[in-house]
Amino acid sequence: MGNIVEQIQGVPLNHYIIFCSIIFAIGVTGVLIRRNVIIIMMSIELMLNSVNLLLAAFSAYRGDPSGQVFVFFVMALAAAEVAVGLAIIIMVYRNTKSLDIESLSKLRW
Amino acid sequence: MGAIITLSVLGILVLYLGLFKAKNALLPVTLLGLAVALGFTLADWNKEAEPQFSGMVIFDHLALSFTVLSIVVTGLILLLSKEYFTSISKNVAEYYCLILFSLTGAVLVNSYHNFVMLFVGIEIMSVALYILVGIRRTDFASNEAALKYFLMGAFSTGFLLFGITLLYGATGTFDLEGLRAYVMTATEISPLFYGGILLLLCGLCFKVGVAPFHFWTPDVYDGAPILITSFMSTVVKVASFVGFLRLFGTVMVPLSDFWTPVLLTIIIITLFVGNISALMQSSFKRMMAYSSISHAGYMLFAIVALGIESASSILVYATAYSLASVIAFGALILVKRETGSEQFEAFNGLGKRKPLLAAALTVAMLSLAGIPLTAGFVGKFMMFSNVMGTYNVMLLVLAAVNAAIGIYYYLHVVVNMYFRESTADAEQTALPISVNYIVVLGIAALLTLAIGVYPDCLIGILL
Repeated sequence: MGNIVEQIQGVPLNHYIIFCSIIFAIGVTGVLIRRNVIIIMMSIELMLNSVNLLLAAFSAYRGDPSGQVFVFFVMALAAAEVAVGLAIIIMVYRNTKSLDIESLSKLRW
Repeated sequence: MGAIITLSVLGILVLYLGLFKAKNALLPVTLLGLAVALGFTLADWNKEAEPQFSGMVIFDHLALSFTVLSIVVTGLILLLSKEYFTSISKNVAEYYCLILFSLTGAVLVNSYHNFVMLFVGIEIMSVALYILVGIRRTDFASNEAALKYFLMGAFSTGFLLFGITLLYGATGTFDLEGLRAYVMTATEISPLFYGGILLLLCGLCFKVGVAPFHFWTPDVYDGAPILITSFMSTVVKVASFVGFLRLFGTVMVPLSDFWTPVLLTIIIITLFVGNISALMQSSFKRMMAYSSISHAGYMLFAIVALGIESASSILVYATAYSLASVIAFGALILVKRETGSEQFEAFNGLGKRKPLLAAALTVAMLSLAGIPLTAGFVGKFMMFSNVMGTYNVMLLVLAAVNAAIGIYYYLHVVVNMYFRESTADAEQTALPISVNYIVVLGIAALLTLAIGVYPDCLIGILL
């Protein structure tokens, strides 16, 4: 454990923050500009995983385990969310035969 | 604490009842369980409020009063469910169980004392709702609403988590007490902390559905089954507000110079977007969705002008709004059953066909519009006087203009009910109203009037 913490600390904290912010921004952009529902879901996972990485980095730097415990909460709940989300996507696909978010525009005004 | 355990066990129990085909026992068991949870909550009232489970949850008066509110409102909504769920699906037990799980999440959000519980609570609340929104599997609108809600919910969770992470990076703790100590004592607040506040604000604004993060609200509220919409717009929305209030009330007060301008902008946009869009709707359900956006704007007043009265004004406002919404959606179910439509025209002539129903709906609409002698007026009055205390005259004027716009579209329904003739086929298909509906709508209408006349009973609770 000590070894891993030292390895994590080998990289300056700012680099982690910038790196994770970039991944997070890629995820946000993906959600906003992609049209395929599966890709949007992948982008959301990217956002959550950048959070996980940042939490682990902060946790290692502070020598405080609660950040790493939080990562497990995030993972578990993200898995639950994805399970429900995929079910919803399958349900939509059965009715529309399409995964394009543009095909879902029945509800307007 | 007893309430959380009771509700989670009750959800699983209800699932088993569904498995063994005990359909008639579902509603009584659920209501009994809710009563037990209510009892546990009330029993905690006089105890010293201390963070429990290593500072994870705290059952102070704020948490307890809103827990009581959400349990009571859920009970009222479930009473309306009797014929409703069986008419749209064969698997009735799932409804009850998912609503109970969602309620558990709402109670957790009401009582969190650590960001872990805020996150877990919001997720429990929303994941159950994703399924509930899309529960009419073959209905296209329901599908679309579920997918939109899921994508937007997960997206906003990402913002919320990134905000929490940045706050953790700045302070090294998830605990509200620890964060408060950091804000009070730190000589220089880290820039990470400011970034965290902004992202957290985005995430929470998504959850409560205020502009410019509101675009999912109308579609989701419109596409979901009516009862689920009423649950979402009352229990879930109010719980998110309590989460908002607890965070900003305990931690962020010293930094109010930083976030007040942001929140003020959000409020002004929300009020105008909500009210003006509601004005242009032709569907009652969609009008209620936009009106819920504008009510979220009014409720944010209490957060922008944080003080000792904030909690009690949100309580009064949330109670008034929840009761009125329950009546409105209950009436909509009955009207839709008769006319098959959710448009304003469906309400034509209701005053002659169903005088009592029309009277209850009138009380609800007046309360939502904020006419004196109803609970809605007391709520709006407290919110406005909060802001008045901080001398924000500009905001007050804008809010008054918006309240005036609101009166127009709420009274539209009342005018349709009393001054328009109903269509011929609506009179032919007139159905009797079941006892459950009479009880629920009666209780809610009477409570609305009672709070409007004697507001002190509710205001004094949290002072």
